[in-house]
Amino acid sequence: SGSPNIKPIEKILIANRGEIACRVIQTARKLGIRSVAVYSDADKNSLHVSLADEAYHIGPPAASQSYLCQDKIMNVAKSSGAQAIHPGYGFLSENTEFAEMCSKEGVIFIGPPATAIRDMGIKSTSKHIMSAAGVPIIEGYHGEDQSSSKLKQEAAKIGYPVMIKAVRGGGGKGMRIAMTEAEFDGQLESAKTEGMKSFGDDIMLIEKFVETPRHVEVQVFGDHHGNYVYLFERDCSVQRRHQKIIEEAPAPGLSEEVRKSLGEAAVKAAKAVNYVGAGTVEFIMDKNQNFYFMEMNTRLQVEHPVTEMVTGTDLVEWQIKVASGEHLPQSQEELKLTGHAFEARIYAEDPNNAFMPGAGPLHHLTTPEASQNVRIDTGVRQGDEVSVHYDPMIAKLIVWSPDRSTALRSVRNALKDYHVIGLNTNIQFLMDLSKHSQFEAGNVHTDFIAQHSDELFPNRILSSASICQAAVALVLKDRDTAKFTYQNTLDPFSPFLLCASARINNQAKHRIHLKDGENDVNVMVQCNSDNSFDVTIGNQEHHVTAELTNDGSRTSIRCNIDGVISSSNIVIQKDALHIFTTDGKHELTFPMPKYMKASKGAAGADDAVAPMPGVIEKVTVQPGAEVQQGDPLVTMIAMKMEYVIRAPKAGIIEKVFYKVGDTVSKGTALVHFKEDKTSSDLDNGRD
Amino acid sequence: SSFSSRQLKHYIRRLYHAEISSPIGTKAERESPEFKENYDRMQSLVKDLQSTVSTVIQGGGPKAIDRHLSRGKLLPRDRINGLLDPESPFLELSQLAGYHANFKGRGTIGGRHCLNDEGVECMIVANDPTVKGGSYYPITVTKHLRAQEIAQQNHLPCIYLVDSGGANLPRQADVFPNRDHFGRIFFNQANMSAKGIPQVAVVLGSCTAGGAYVPAMADESVIVRKKGTIFLAGPPLVKAATGEDVPAEELGGADLHCSKSGVTDYYAQDDEHALHIARRIIKNINYRKDPKVTIEKPDEPIYPADDLYGIVGANLKKTFDVREVIARIVDGSRFDEFKTMYGETLVTGFARLWGYPVGILGNNGVLFSESALKGTHFIELCCQRNIPLIFLQNITGFMVGREAEAGGIAKHGAKMVTAVACAKVPKFTVIIGGSYGAGNYGMCGRSYSPRFLYMWPNSRISVMGGEQAANVLAQITREQRLREGKEWTAEEEEALKAPVIKKYELEGHPYFSSARLWDDGVIDPADTRTVLGLSISASLNAPQEKTRFGVFRM
Repeated sequence: SGSPNIKPIEKILIANRGEIACRVIQTARKLGIRSVAVYSDADKNSLHVSLADEAYHIGPPAASQSYLCQDKIMNVAKSSGAQAIHPGYGFLSENTEFAEMCSKEGVIFIGPPATAIRDMGIKSTSKHIMSAAGVPIIEGYHGEDQSSSKLKQEAAKIGYPVMIKAVRGGGGKGMRIAMTEAEFDGQLESAKTEGMKSFGDDIMLIEKFVETPRHVEVQVFGDHHGNYVYLFERDCSVQRRHQKIIEEAPAPGLSEEVRKSLGEAAVKAAKAVNYVGAGTVEFIMDKNQNFYFMEMNTRLQVEHPVTEMVTGTDLVEWQIKVASGEHLPQSQEELKLTGHAFEARIYAEDPNNAFMPGAGPLHHLTTPEASQNVRIDTGVRQGDEVSVHYDPMIAKLIVWSPDRSTALRSVRNALKDYHVIGLNTNIQFLMDLSKHSQFEAGNVHTDFIAQHSDELFPNRILSSASICQAAVALVLKDRDTAKFTYQNTLDPFSPFLLCASARINNQAKHRIHLKDGENDVNVMVQCNSDNSFDVTIGNQEHHVTAELTNDGSRTSIRCNIDGVISSSNIVIQKDALHIFTTDGKHELTFPMPKYMKASKGAAGADDAVAPMPGVIEKVTVQPGAEVQQGDPLVTMIAMKMEYVIRAPKAGIIEKVFYKVGDTVSKGTALVHFKEDKTSSDLDNGRD
Repeated sequence: SSFSSRQLKHYIRRLYHAEISSPIGTKAERESPEFKENYDRMQSLVKDLQSTVSTVIQGGGPKAIDRHLSRGKLLPRDRINGLLDPESPFLELSQLAGYHANFKGRGTIGGRHCLNDEGVECMIVANDPTVKGGSYYPITVTKHLRAQEIAQQNHLPCIYLVDSGGANLPRQADVFPNRDHFGRIFFNQANMSAKGIPQVAVVLGSCTAGGAYVPAMADESVIVRKKGTIFLAGPPLVKAATGEDVPAEELGGADLHCSKSGVTDYYAQDDEHALHIARRIIKNINYRKDPKVTIEKPDEPIYPADDLYGIVGANLKKTFDVREVIARIVDGSRFDEFKTMYGETLVTGFARLWGYPVGILGNNGVLFSESALKGTHFIELCCQRNIPLIFLQNITGFMVGREAEAGGIAKHGAKMVTAVACAKVPKFTVIIGGSYGAGNYGMCGRSYSPRFLYMWPNSRISVMGGEQAANVLAQITREQRLREGKEWTAEEEEALKAPVIKKYELEGHPYFSSARLWDDGVIDPADTRTVLGLSISASLNAPQEKTRFGVFRM
């Protein structure tokens, strides 16, 4: 395999961005290694750029023109004098050509040899290799003989239950499960028909079906000297959109025997391809803890920190050492599994809308306090933008505790203090997920979210206590603002500034109109002279005393509502109030007054708006066009998906705000309709 | 050389407490039966005041309110709330104007408040169309004019929220012809505009005939589409005069006035929008309040305000030390008393109220010659130094009798009246007890143009006390009967006196006064500090004026 000589690394180029770039830079700094960052136009103010010792511009935002440009990155490595390139994950991390280019150019690629990447990159090849090396694999039939009898014969060989799957299928289409031989013919027929209908193709493959499978993966490491270790397993079963969302180490409920045989199987897999560096061997595991090789990821995984937490290692440090030719820092016997760690991935996405990815500005960002047991890996700060061009992950929250249930409780607590405003996140969902009794019990599998969707997507009701807190916070905030603003006048202590809401012989009553999603929230706050409030919501009246406090980054309101004291964090923005209660975040928006004219950016009632951030692909209508409700207006591309924005109502188009190629943010007005003349003319308003 | 210990002791001490005046007043004995009784009585007066006001501010009742709301309009107090800075106070004036069975039409709300980021204090005059269509009854005119007078005296920009059917035609004789009738509104608008006091009209409903001049005479005006109309003659009158058949909107709606006639300047979609525009207008007046007095950071009095209930009570015959009242109004209860031991029935001294410097005159009994001289001296001091004056009025009058007359009580009293009349510093009067006879003059009654005058609910105002008046009348009648040789029984005397006492009791009542705009409002004693603070703040918008006193009779 590799060179036995030790080549000290003094400067590393990180061919990546976001949290992983920051993560690598941190270890580099710890080891006294200088770091070189690269950045696209979209990232010129990003955290990884400011953390690195040097940073080089490599092109426009699109990854294909920047982070994926091998030549540009190699040029930076050369001109900066970096001896090694750390590819992070994604981008060039599993690119054979790039790994080859590095070795040709004499730059150390911090990753496995190109051959290992290639072998593991092709699924059928990797399975053959693993099967030959004695690693258990999912049996299957991928042959050309598509006769029903052959397929059935293969199914019997694999053993029931089996999955019948259209080769070109996807998204569950053209896929059937036969639990027994008796079911086979019917299910095959049905899969074929559907495959034909959906893809114009009915070629089928047969695979062993694993019911409610778990996704368990093993962290392995190899060095240039033929040494291999496993750093135990991670459970990443709970997924959405086939992507991991919460990971833990070790996998719950595994016996020591299974753990050991998993690890040994993984090492066997690594050995089979002469693996060097950090790799992950993924297995599918059934109810009886039988496991089967799925694939091997030839890079550092997103979720590597949970392994670090339970083994007390720094895997990036290991990578660098191994890459420079050193031996593995620890032997298998020295590696010990201690405690339990979780990683919750915080994404800009909308769990209530099929986890649709989002992007946008992080207007407000406060994180739980980091400590020895709470780690926050992130590449963004308050004020940064989650770009449409890259992965929408905001941060990883990693928590360690001596045992699983304590760790889970810490995850929940930390999530409660993770406050993000500006875009939708999955924080609330992660809280609900981590609270779920089946999750607590460790009964995880890949269909977990679908199976428990009722409990995981509860109909969230804004409590009247939260409404009281929100309304009173608004009033108190106005008071603070008044005092603050008037301090600069020549009459800074006038009671007109300081006697908030004073009235003569009666009390000021503020009517506050908020929107909780589509629902109107109407609150009346009466300001009493003793600084208390009577808050009316519907026909309920609450007596409230409150205090607004500010400790740097957080504003919190502490309320006594009818004798019950509670507090919440509050963020008040121009157009919305965000309240972070113990059961999660709520957003209450301030409705735009009718008279505010529809304009770019601020959408009015007569607008068609962008449902998510993206790029305009096609404009179907012109000003003056008459459209019916539902007619297509604009087509957008967002997160690699196409969205057609349709007319919200019949009418005449007055303005089209954007042209093809423009980037728009969520909620932006795209098309403005002529104001509806007929609606208010019925009321002629005479006294 | 060194100091002797004697020198050390007597000459070089740093006076650590020199900057601080000691607080006045004493801790109230809140558990004493007298305090409790007083407290209960005053509290019930305050409760009555609050419940009366809460009825009054409901305007024209549920039916009229529903009708108004169904037109997509806001209620007058909600309009005002929409105009104010968030959390701004609103000092509503003359809440009880027209309050009495005999009076109708309290369709105007006057008030001052703070507006916009720079906190411009403004006068708001809002019609309440739920009361008699917002039309102008005699008391409505009086209230509107008083609001304008306050605005003019204190240089407060005026915002007229117009939604009114105009002058009440059956009462035309009481609202149209005289000097202080309807026409004076526009006279004031013109003259205030001439002085640079912004005049802004927001037309939220009809503005017919004379009312049309409110927006037309304004510096800037806003009109709400489909809701506001302005015309000299409405459709019925036009039909009668010219035979023309024109719908109101075409005759004087927002579209016409904003695009054709130019009578209005801003076109609003609805009430909220109109208020938003009005805020922008005030934002653009380029005005900065510049009070020409020293201002300190205010602090609260050291005694609770509601002590006043227990100290003052409701029985005017019971005396109290006015220093106890001052101690519950001024900053830190600090009061630098002037001439403490001279003319003791009038308490004078300097204090801070909401950080502003004030000179306070408070009654501690009938005014003697010395008290009048002391008061005159003190007013002269305050005028010299531009210190606003506060009169805490609780006065039965100047001393009478041979000795007093011979001592020249008339000329000494006249000196004080001259000083009060001529003083150009802002004056504020609170009637905290009785306000009788020439005492009312010396202590800056309504005729002496205080910028603001408020009454406590326990107070009474009349030329003399009811019983005194009844006694005087009885005395005269008895003498007359005596001259005629007729008999005058005790029953007859009682029959003469009882209705007089009753009449004085009714007419001296603060509600009766407030109903007729003899004051600017009846206030809760516990609110006195706030109300005075707001009033002083408003008064400091006006430029300083030099005082020139008339001839003091020596």
